[in-house]
Amino acid sequence: MSQMAMPDPASAFRQRSRSAVDDSAQRQNFRSAMDYLQAKRRTQFPDEQELVGLRDLGEAIRRYSLANLPRLLEQLEQNLTANGIRVHWAENAEEANAIALAIARRVEARRIVKGKSMVSEEIGFNHAMQAAGIEALESDMGEYIVQLAGETPSHIIMPAIHKTKQAIAALFVEKIPGVEYTEDVDALIQIGRRVLRRKFAEADIGLSGVNFAVAETGTLCLVENEGNGRMCTTVPRVHIAVTGIEKVVEKLEHVPPLFSLLTRSATGQAVTTYLNLISHPRQPGEKDGPEEVHLILIDNGRSQAYADAQLRTTLQCIRCGACMNHCPVYARIGGHAYGTTYPGPIGAIVSPHMLGLAATYPLAFASTLCHACVEVCPVRIPITDLLIRLRNEAQAQPGTVNASLRGSGAARTALVSAIWNAWALIYSRLGLYCLTSWFMSRGRALSPIEQGAWTRSRTPLTPAPRRLRDLLKDRRP
Amino acid sequence: MSARERILERLRAAPSLPEVLPDVAGWFAAHRRNEDLAQRVARLRSGLEGYHAEVHDTTDADWPDLLLRIAATKHLRNLLIGTDTLHGATLEARALDTPQLVPYDRSIESWRDRLFDAIDASLTLARSAIADTGSLILWPDAREPRLMSLVPPVHFVLLDAATIHADFHSAMVAENWQAGLPTNALLISGPSKTADIQQTLAYGAHGPRELIVLLRHGPGDMA
Repeated sequence: MSQMAMPDPASAFRQRSRSAVDDSAQRQNFRSAMDYLQAKRRTQFPDEQELVGLRDLGEAIRRYSLANLPRLLEQLEQNLTANGIRVHWAENAEEANAIALAIARRVEARRIVKGKSMVSEEIGFNHAMQAAGIEALESDMGEYIVQLAGETPSHIIMPAIHKTKQAIAALFVEKIPGVEYTEDVDALIQIGRRVLRRKFAEADIGLSGVNFAVAETGTLCLVENEGNGRMCTTVPRVHIAVTGIEKVVEKLEHVPPLFSLLTRSATGQAVTTYLNLISHPRQPGEKDGPEEVHLILIDNGRSQAYADAQLRTTLQCIRCGACMNHCPVYARIGGHAYGTTYPGPIGAIVSPHMLGLAATYPLAFASTLCHACVEVCPVRIPITDLLIRLRNEAQAQPGTVNASLRGSGAARTALVSAIWNAWALIYSRLGLYCLTSWFMSRGRALSPIEQGAWTRSRTPLTPAPRRLRDLLKDRRP
Repeated sequence: MSARERILERLRAAPSLPEVLPDVAGWFAAHRRNEDLAQRVARLRSGLEGYHAEVHDTTDADWPDLLLRIAATKHLRNLLIGTDTLHGATLEARALDTPQLVPYDRSIESWRDRLFDAIDASLTLARSAIADTGSLILWPDAREPRLMSLVPPVHFVLLDAATIHADFHSAMVAENWQAGLPTNALLISGPSKTADIQQTLAYGAHGPRELIVLLRHGPGDMA
């Protein structure tokens, strides 16, 4: 088998999961964080009817936006351009980084300060800038901690959820000159504030993500609590926003319902401290704000999901993280075990389009299909249906209609192929079918006791002593 | 072909799955509480206080004294104010020693370090507010720039009670936002905060540590 020579993503995922569940301290961190976030979300939706109605509305807005995606992207581009914001398009991570790098070189930037952006993680922005000799510093407290530790985020909303305050205190002592050990969270945040305040003032470029892009007004909406996003988009002389092409909505009035669903589902807040709506670069007479604002629209596999009516629902996501907060698998293995930028149920359904199914198919199997994610998703993405679809795609025979994605069939082994070929042969020839079933029922004592994953918690499968056709024959008068 | 054309071509080649335009206005109309101004004020206040903001009732005649009293108790050395504003002029007419009034009268590039390191507090006017979520609406402009509500550790906001809307949707409709937005529009709900370390809430993450709302009531609407 040709796949055997390549690193096997399934066993790599199993190994990461194993070491994650063996780390009892980290499991404790995730468990308590998930309990906290679940409880916070519950308090935000006391009225079940209101929640049902708001989810219907949120889903309808996202579906409408996707149904009109090409038109809305053009309208967005037109209105942003009219507002003085420059729009760039990137097929993939390399193109997106090249666009950002070209801007950085033109303005002779040496330092970039970053607001929280999962898309920037997705495209490996920091590495691309560092490779070009440009500092890219995270300024969201959680992201700053994770970057200082040389790690990656383990959650899309709370990046440092896997770390204790003791670990963060030790990290600050080790990495920040002149810091004394303290486990006081307020004091730790003030240390971060002091360090990063200088960085905002010194940065040449601010980078941010986008939560919603409004086509009719040409507006970028950013949702945050800390104020670092506002710093990044206001203090440096250039602001670059990066976003996936699916984040566009048509009307400004589409923002309030989605904003409400986002903050309540994500962190259980009625509203975040800041909603930052950016529509222009600095205008004549204005005394602050960036002189240049750029938006980089990134595809990176999203158009593959868009091409399929079922998989398109993946793009309804507003990145609240509620699915991972309620996932029994995520709570046990944590974010890093997934090995992708986006972990949890949303990671399992979106990553195959970005990275290909060959590298990511094990994630679709890392689910009990318990539907917790489906029940909490604020825009009603049918996550479990998508997981089953991706499982089928992973096992599909390449070249058939069932294999429609990059990497379809990656989980299919020679043994599985042989079994299905034999199955197809037997079931398409009546004589062969009768003969085989006769032998199966007579030879049932030879059934293997070990049947892989099935017998790990179940009794072995054996053919019935008599075939259905024999039983029916007996019943005839 | 450019990346733009290739992406759009792929999206246009995808199956067309039409959806109707959602009735957002209808949903909000059905869920809006029928409240008078006093009830909206009360809800705004409880929201803001829930987010750790201070809310003080005042009037057009009294707010400067109130602000100065609060500034004195907090030992604020200076106060950043806008230029060409009525409320700024009202304070300037008092010719204060402390807090020293610092007008934001030049571009950020010429005084960035001082703004970041030496300014204790600022005062800006809110455009309006949202009772539903306890949010202030600010449209910073050339007179009251964007960083005034972000960089100083203490942020005073003057809010006219009569401008409080029921919810975000009714605010943007009543103020006709879709006709055009300014460079930057903001919703602010409390001082900056983070729970990124072990889900422990800490205030004063990167923006103000304190948000102090001076709620200015008109002659008829004092609750």
